[in-house]
Amino acid sequence: MLAFILQRLIQAVVVMVTVAFIAFLLFQYVGDPVVILLGPDATKEQVNLLRADLGLEQPFFVQFGHFLTNAVQGEFGLSLRQGAKVSRLIAERLPATLELALVAATLALVVGIPMGVYAALRRGTWASQLIMTVSLLGVSLPTFLIGILLILVFAVMLGWFPSFGRGDVVQMGWWSSGLVTVKGWHHIALPAVTLAIFQLTLIMRLVRAEMLEVLRTDYIKFARARGLSNRTIHFGHALKNTLVPVLTITGLQLGGLIAFAIITETVFQWPGMGLLFIQAVTFADIPVMAAYLCLIALIFVVINLVVDLLYFVVDPRLRVDKAGGH
Amino acid sequence: MNVLKRWLNSDVGYSFRHSPTAMLAAGMAFICLFCSVFAGWVAPTNPFDLATLELSDARMPPAWLDGGSSKFLLGTDDQGRDILSALIYGSRISLVVGLASVMLSVVVGVGLGLLAGFRGGWIDALLMRLCDVMLSFPAILVALLIAGVGRALFPNAPESLAFGVLILSISLTGWVQYARTVRGTTLVERNKEYVQAARVTGVAPLRIMFKHVLPNVMGPVMVLATIQVATAIITEATLSFLGVGAPPTSPSLGTLIRIGNDYLFSGEWWITIFPGLMLVLIALSVNLLGDWLRDALNPRLR
Repeated sequence: MLAFILQRLIQAVVVMVTVAFIAFLLFQYVGDPVVILLGPDATKEQVNLLRADLGLEQPFFVQFGHFLTNAVQGEFGLSLRQGAKVSRLIAERLPATLELALVAATLALVVGIPMGVYAALRRGTWASQLIMTVSLLGVSLPTFLIGILLILVFAVMLGWFPSFGRGDVVQMGWWSSGLVTVKGWHHIALPAVTLAIFQLTLIMRLVRAEMLEVLRTDYIKFARARGLSNRTIHFGHALKNTLVPVLTITGLQLGGLIAFAIITETVFQWPGMGLLFIQAVTFADIPVMAAYLCLIALIFVVINLVVDLLYFVVDPRLRVDKAGGH
Repeated sequence: MNVLKRWLNSDVGYSFRHSPTAMLAAGMAFICLFCSVFAGWVAPTNPFDLATLELSDARMPPAWLDGGSSKFLLGTDDQGRDILSALIYGSRISLVVGLASVMLSVVVGVGLGLLAGFRGGWIDALLMRLCDVMLSFPAILVALLIAGVGRALFPNAPESLAFGVLILSISLTGWVQYARTVRGTTLVERNKEYVQAARVTGVAPLRIMFKHVLPNVMGPVMVLATIQVATAIITEATLSFLGVGAPPTSPSLGTLIRIGNDYLFSGEWWITIFPGLMLVLIALSVNLLGDWLRDALNPRLR
């Protein structure tokens, strides 16, 4: 098991260094920072002085080393558009995105798993047929259209929910939370539902498929033969065994949630990292783009790692396999 | 005519004639394709001809609502453009970008997949690790990043270059799936007798790859490509909606939705909802067609 963890760690480090290298290349070859900082009218001496000052004269790999050390400390320089430190900009926006993603993930799990279980246990009833048909629609509708439709119905026509911003935000240390006020929950409702719908349908279909699979296995038949109640069989035996793939997908989708948050944040003008990134892309603000890229990669790598490790906790068979195999 | 008749009598044709969903989807896809190819004749007006635009026609609701005019069946936008015409021209751009990026990713993906499967060794290992890394990030994120870098590299790019970057950014995320599929099938195919026979008779490796192996790995690729057209169109729409896709001077469906989104709050829902519906219609019909093709080509389901 130790070898497995070590191998995964090395893989993670390789991915991170690759992503950092791409980000570094962006810095190096997209837009000359000297021209941006000095403007087109600078003299040759000024340019050379600044080049030496910024360390642009040093060999390629020395510069990359500097970039790495800075990146590890969360230092990506100044935003070209806003003039503020990139690390501060991102730290300001991080809570909004994480809260949105967490509420959406919770929503998707809390609604998706029971619906999937229901659709599997009551297969063929009209209610489960309806669930499956609606879920197909949820998969084929693009996220931004779902957001627009929700705004049209619930914000413009019915006026039940606000359609943009975070509402009242309470500052707790460096973390700004919208989840402690009623207004904050009011504001997060539509974006969270928009973000959750795709994941919800995915989780639901997965739970249903896995559940149907498990219910056919021998140990379920044996449990029935032992005279256990339906309740114990369904929730004690069957559901527990469907949770391994569900856990994997949910974990991996958490990264997807943060990526799709870009779209949701644009539709609802939610002041998170995604909106920051989109603005950086439209204005070619390389430092912000590079920092976001590294941060997202880090989140993805950590999630993948945690999911891999959780396998061992959830599924004892893996522990035996690996230990005996090598 | 003869070709069509022969196709309808083949296995795939038989399954097509007996699947109402497939026929409906094909019909819808054909109508969309026809309208966008002949947009100049089908569309009631030319939405990009500034001379015909009148600001007094701006923000008119669809014909069946109060204040609507039969001249503009689906209403007009903020500049007095006919929504129906803008939608037809917009779906042309969406379809062209979608099809072009799928074609590009098929060429790149199939080529690299063949190479990886046929040659093996370090090329294979390198390409597959690259695929792993690409797959661990969502496609939309990679596409956004490439579109952003393209913007930074060519700040004042002409329109054709903007479309080039757009197509590139979508296809660079799409090739991975083809590469993996083709590599898997190639690994199986390359040990079969016909490949060995070709080798023994002295056929050049490149010729074996393209003339002998390639036709046998194209089945799954066709299914994948059909479904990917829908994905590519939606990705394009999303990029355009986010403001990094098709330029406003030649708007795709996503750009139209983005423009219309600003008027949602003043109650002019038709500017954004109709392009949205069109997008869903195209994506849905292509998806249904892809689903059917997968079932029809899968011998296990027959």
